[in-house]
Amino acid sequence: MGVRSWFEGWPVYRQLTGTDPLGRGAAAKSDGSRALTARTDTADSVARSVCPYCAVGCGQRVFVKDGQVSQIEGDPDSPISRGRLCPKGSASKSLVTSPLRQTTVRYRRPYSTQWEGLELDTALDMIADRILAAREQTWEDVDTQGRPLNRTLGISSLGGATLDNEENYLIKKLFTAMGALQIENQARI
Amino acid sequence: MAEAHPVGFQWVMEAKRRGAKVFHVDPRFTRTSAVADAYLPIRAGTDIALLGGVVRYILDNELDFREYVVAYTNAATIVSEEFSDTEDGDGFFSGFDPETGTYVQDSWQYEGHEGSSGSGHTAQERDSAAGLTHESHGAQVGGQTRRDETLQHPRCVYQILKRHFARYTPEMVERVCGISQEKFLELARAWTENSGRDRTGMLVYSVGWTQHSVGVQYIRTGAIIQLLLGNMGRPGGGVMALRGHASIQGSTDIPTLFNLLPGYLPMPHHAEHPTLDEWVDSIRHPGQKGFWGNARSFAASLLKAYWGDAATPENDFCYGYLPRMTGDHGTYQQVLNMIDGKIKGYFLLGQNPAVGSAHGRAQRLGMANLDWLVVRDLFMIESATFWQNGPEVATGEIVPEECRTEVFFLPAASHVEKEGTFTQTQRLLQWREKAVEPPGDARSELWFFYHLGRKLREKLADSPLPRDRALLDLTWDYPTHGPQAEPSAEAVLREINGYDVTTGRPLSGFAEARADGSTAIGCWIYTGVYADGVNQAARRKSRHEQDWVAAEWGWAWPANRRILYNRASADPDGNPWSERKRYVWWDAEKSEWTGYDVPDFEKTKPPSYRPAPGASGTEGIAGDDPFVMQGDGKGWLYAPSGVLDGPLPTHYEPVESPVRNPLYGQQANPTRKMYAHPVNSVNPSPPQEHGQVFPYVFTVSRLTEHHTAGAMSRTVSPLAELQPEMFVEVSPDLAAEVGLTHLGWAHLVSGRAVIEAKVLVTDRLTPLRVDGRIIHQVWLPYHFGFEGLVTGDSANDLFGISLDPNVLIQESKVGTCDVRPGRRPTGPALLDLVADYQRRAGITPGQHAPAVTTDDEGKEHGAS
Ligand code: SF4
Repeated sequence: MGVRSWFEGWPVYRQLTGTDPLGRGAAAKSDGSRALTARTDTADSVARSVCPYCAVGCGQRVFVKDGQVSQIEGDPDSPISRGRLCPKGSASKSLVTSPLRQTTVRYRRPYSTQWEGLELDTALDMIADRILAAREQTWEDVDTQGRPLNRTLGISSLGGATLDNEENYLIKKLFTAMGALQIENQARI
Repeated sequence: MAEAHPVGFQWVMEAKRRGAKVFHVDPRFTRTSAVADAYLPIRAGTDIALLGGVVRYILDNELDFREYVVAYTNAATIVSEEFSDTEDGDGFFSGFDPETGTYVQDSWQYEGHEGSSGSGHTAQERDSAAGLTHESHGAQVGGQTRRDETLQHPRCVYQILKRHFARYTPEMVERVCGISQEKFLELARAWTENSGRDRTGMLVYSVGWTQHSVGVQYIRTGAIIQLLLGNMGRPGGGVMALRGHASIQGSTDIPTLFNLLPGYLPMPHHAEHPTLDEWVDSIRHPGQKGFWGNARSFAASLLKAYWGDAATPENDFCYGYLPRMTGDHGTYQQVLNMIDGKIKGYFLLGQNPAVGSAHGRAQRLGMANLDWLVVRDLFMIESATFWQNGPEVATGEIVPEECRTEVFFLPAASHVEKEGTFTQTQRLLQWREKAVEPPGDARSELWFFYHLGRKLREKLADSPLPRDRALLDLTWDYPTHGPQAEPSAEAVLREINGYDVTTGRPLSGFAEARADGSTAIGCWIYTGVYADGVNQAARRKSRHEQDWVAAEWGWAWPANRRILYNRASADPDGNPWSERKRYVWWDAEKSEWTGYDVPDFEKTKPPSYRPAPGASGTEGIAGDDPFVMQGDGKGWLYAPSGVLDGPLPTHYEPVESPVRNPLYGQQANPTRKMYAHPVNSVNPSPPQEHGQVFPYVFTVSRLTEHHTAGAMSRTVSPLAELQPEMFVEVSPDLAAEVGLTHLGWAHLVSGRAVIEAKVLVTDRLTPLRVDGRIIHQVWLPYHFGFEGLVTGDSANDLFGISLDPNVLIQESKVGTCDVRPGRRPTGPALLDLVADYQRRAGITPGQHAPAVTTDDEGKEHGAS
């Protein structure tokens, strides 16, 4: 290493002579940090997304490496958020990659003291059977004056404000067709 | 706003940098207060008194934007002589029926329309939360009205408003809200000075405002001020609701709600809407002005989207398939029915009522008494584990070996593992691209419901039963892709948008909707989001490449319009009110409306257009009627129908309050929805005795670092670390009075529950002087529960169940409690403590005090 490059490697020198007089950027950079690449540079793909928390609707860019989310950042193009995210939006990567996330179906039998495993398809089948049984037991065709009711009050649902419009559309459509009226979400709360 | 909607708050700071004055009204000093020009600490639950004070200030000093008010609002409209005000009824309007606790609205109508309130009796409207259908349109009102544009007629709306708010003086504001007259006048002055031709002011609220027994009337008061000051339909104006969930707006537009169908069409009622014709007429109100005249097209197109080929004009488009309401089927009624064993199965879809809903114990006891429960979430939430880890297990009220509820926990896909649209708080739809596949068994709701529907239809394929026709005839053939057979969200969005049934061409606007079955539309207010076969919600033109309206970022309903009723941004002749506030205007040369936004008006209807006498629907709307969804084209200062608890907002005390209403003999909202159920109770308030057992006011809200019931934040390590513990904020005065130490423990007791929290002694809470005495308020975050990385008692456990009559939303922003030092008891001793408080307060669970609290004389005046 020549004297000159040794000298130029000294942060104070760069701070005094370079474009970074406060020493908060380029001047303070070490060889180690210079060699680093941002996760966002090496991503295989980027998805344009929206923060899942509050209704401000901040734009997000979701960076993916090897099929895993490697980083989530604010979308600088968004006229709503101009690239910013609050603590919750900034924690979205931790949200979607949290080790606490459940990835298998869990099943608790009546009167049981513990969870057990269940195949997803079996669960779906069991739920379908229970819906049909609840309709069977609680179906109301007409009121006392013979006017149509076409419903079951044996089934309830709560949720939707964290879901997509397309999902809410299918939820409402299916429940309505099965006569389940008692469908609610956070908008009532 | 800085706490709960931080990134949205950057625009408030931007406005402040350009000279805007920011006023923050909150029971607690927050990050918003820290950067506001003025902070007004308020007693929780008294906002109508404060805002009513502003209305009086405007009217008394004639500071309203007169030209706007006369032309665009119903200020000049004459009201029936049968109407009598709360000033004459000690807190009651005319038409109150003490038997049902609701109003008959005939006397509230415009003169000459007394018989046409359409409401008849409003008890049924209350049960079906009918107010919600007005999210996109006004209520029924006669189109042709008598007006006095000098505003002098004693029964014109302007004069009625003046009399109604005459006693909301600065002294009264101080007495009710605990806000000094000086601070109040500073607010009133700034608001009025910053409104008019050249300037606009904005009112921003977070939806905690809706969580009051008078929630809808809070917002009405704000709307009255903004109309009087000419701040509606104009840039920088309006009433801005900050909603709390990524797509809570979307889940109201395309409702997962019992009383609505997509696009604010009401769910049919068994007695009112037995046939398609009766249902449609109840929406379009024949003879009325405005765009709801086309209701038949919207309704037929929805049924066509649901039932496709089976839906024909001859069979009323399968209208008969729709389930019918008979009364209140809201979430709180459901929970009480669960406790009573009437409900078999419950789905929870990304929602955690064990923590997030009022009266957590009732929620958990209800869930413990089901046949089955399906929880779909990212994390193992309290609502899935109540049978194992809930507080009722500790008290012995739920014994796992005796709890029969069968629980299915199904992991859900996160927002980056599926594609689809969220509708954010300004009605803007933004499409999200999918980044990665969901892990393991995790699936989207789209997947779950599509395949559940498929299975149900398979199982029923040979069913001869009429009740199964609606499922079997349903259009349910969405294309799927990928290894999991994920249904196409774009195909669903296309159906929501609507299409021509013969050609399949996506429609470009709701004007193309037809009543003859030739169009199918899943949600008519969203028509246009898939115009030209292009996913308009996916548009992402950078803000650097377009103007400040940013019309090419996402898509806003209706018709990609960013400011509703923007015809009001121009004067009656169609010219901008001022250069500075130019937004949408009439281009006389081209004979069309133009501007920065999509005009909220028929494009070529000139300002000079006057309807022929008796014209209805859109033809009835004059060229200077900007409020095109209202039955008279006007902004409503006075609501002759549609709001069940009164045509004007009135200050009532919260259901639980330490204060006797200083304005009227009637203490609390007489029309509120109450539930006399053994699990429910209300702490006593004046004029009842024993209110002193619960001497303190508590209120709850959000922390920046957590999200509602905590499922998406107490499980995420950076957020859990930032806010690791349940706490209660108390003022130094209250800490001294009760004997609390900073960082020590306190427990709070209501008639429902006792919870504990760490103590934060802070002057962020201000003791308030109210009606001659000091009222202490405490504040709690409501995010905590017993699962996740960080745990704590749930603040919502303290609340009972009392609802706003218009929308059936619970009062969960204010209640009364006792505060005591130290930790709460555990096990059965906890139940004993609550029972002891109930006994001392004279509470008999299952009974509530009478809603009417006036003396007999008052009743004679108001309650007819
Ligand atoms: S980043 Fe924060 S402000 Fe923006 S949408 Fe997410 S939670 Fe709301």
